[in-house]
Amino acid sequence: MFKILFLLSSGLFLGWSLGANDAANIFGTAVGTKMLDFKVAAIICSIFIILGAVVSGAGASHTLGKLGTVTNLGGAFVVALAAAITVLWMTKIGLPVSTSQAIVGAIIGWNFFTNNPTGVESLTKIVGTWIFSPILSAIFSFILFFIVKWFLGKTKIHLLRMDFYTRVGLLIVGAFGSYSLGANNIANVMGVFTKASPFSGVNILNLFHLSSTQILFLLGGLAIAVGVFTYSKKVMMTVGSNIFKLSPITAFVAVASSSLVLFLFASEGLKNLLVSHGLPSFPLVPVSSSQSIVGAVIGISLAKGGRNINFKLLGKISLGWITTPIAAAILSYISLFFMQNVFMLKV
Amino acid sequence: MAKIFMNRNKQLEEYINEYLDLVSRTGLIFYEAIKSYIDEDEERFDEKFITITKMESEADEKRRSIKHKLYTYMLIPESRGDVLGLLENMDGIVDCCEKTVERFSIECPEIPEFVQHQFIDLAKFSRKTVEEVVKASRSFFKEIDLVEDFINKVHFYEHEADDVEEKLKRTVFQSKIKKFSRKVHLRYFAEKISMISDEAEEVAERLSVYAIKREM
Repeated sequence: MFKILFLLSSGLFLGWSLGANDAANIFGTAVGTKMLDFKVAAIICSIFIILGAVVSGAGASHTLGKLGTVTNLGGAFVVALAAAITVLWMTKIGLPVSTSQAIVGAIIGWNFFTNNPTGVESLTKIVGTWIFSPILSAIFSFILFFIVKWFLGKTKIHLLRMDFYTRVGLLIVGAFGSYSLGANNIANVMGVFTKASPFSGVNILNLFHLSSTQILFLLGGLAIAVGVFTYSKKVMMTVGSNIFKLSPITAFVAVASSSLVLFLFASEGLKNLLVSHGLPSFPLVPVSSSQSIVGAVIGISLAKGGRNINFKLLGKISLGWITTPIAAAILSYISLFFMQNVFMLKV
Repeated sequence: MAKIFMNRNKQLEEYINEYLDLVSRTGLIFYEAIKSYIDEDEERFDEKFITITKMESEADEKRRSIKHKLYTYMLIPESRGDVLGLLENMDGIVDCCEKTVERFSIECPEIPEFVQHQFIDLAKFSRKTVEEVVKASRSFFKEIDLVEDFINKVHFYEHEADDVEEKLKRTVFQSKIKKFSRKVHLRYFAEKISMISDEAEEVAERLSVYAIKREM
């Protein structure tokens, strides 16, 4: 049991860092501007991340599985660890980083090391989605901005009543954003462990069944929740007051748009619905919530007439699409070598 | 639970509306007081003076209560400073109206007939700036797009008040009034009345900035 927990620890650590960083993308402005209390935000965020992970986490995880299937717990440990270290290191040197990109790079590193072919089709799908998701987020926020503006102009709500509605709105989109984050990003945290899962399914009070993957996702969700509670407040205060400078209403627009994007790339139910009606569907791919929110903020800036767009940040993000996976792949390859040859563990 | 929060916001909304009503009424009472003074209707003037004094303390109390509630309930964190700034500046208008009527009551200036209509005009324009700035403030809370329209009107009436004030002062100093001290006294009262429109314009300037900040 101890060994299993140890081998899962890298994934749990990745989950912790995801919770610490990405909760701010959802509740950052709301907490930073004091519209919502941190405790309330953290509780809602944790509950819905876990729900999203357990209920809808499988879709994006399958896509990662197609990219490369890590079959041993030792290998999964190293892959997740390489991704976690890459995220930490990139964060330290101030580059916008995404766990999605790190884990994809680390899986590719594993593919190279074990001579497994990398699923080119899934890789193209994943990279395409990385580029497409902030753009889609920008389009959504651009449209939603005008809808909200039109609605506010039409309804003439008093500032104080608006304050109440904005708080409720931020709480609802925050819950939706957390659910989507859990559903979409749990694949980054626990996706590599699914084929090497040491658990078997359980029936809870004969009411519902949790598969081995869902147990993993539950653990990952809990790790994310710990990250939210222990470290995200600091990040939220920074996001709320330094980087984006959104008002509570524009934050509502940004979070709703980026959450919708995360949801579209995570929901199997929506995909099945679209397919059953003969409509084009979205690939289920883990995307970066940070980049999605940046896309949404850019959409709002464009709606306001294109002022204050941070092109430097855009350049950094594009750079991250290349540097993060490459760094994670190299780190994963080297670590796997050590794991196999020094610690004699099957990867 | 949501109802409690909603009621809290509604109650404060009512308080703010009541406060703005008070400011608006102060402007009206001020004008009526000046008119009664010039018409030499002492009884009416005294009645207006008592009313405006009461309204000034009522406005103070209301403003303090709004401030307290805004901070206790942690409402509108983004605009709280602006709202309080606005209310405090509005209070300057109320104070100015009350103090001017008080000066009339204490110093009893003798207003010669040839400038009486100018004094009334000056008070009328000052009253109008107060009315428009109250409308602009109401729009700030509910219909942000209209704020600028009302602010423009404040500027217009303030300019008119300045014109009347200047003409009035010229008339006084070119008149045959012998005592220089009396001329200075009349100038002082013209400036006092005109100061209300200046106060209103200052609030309008601030409102203009607050409105930009509130744009989405």
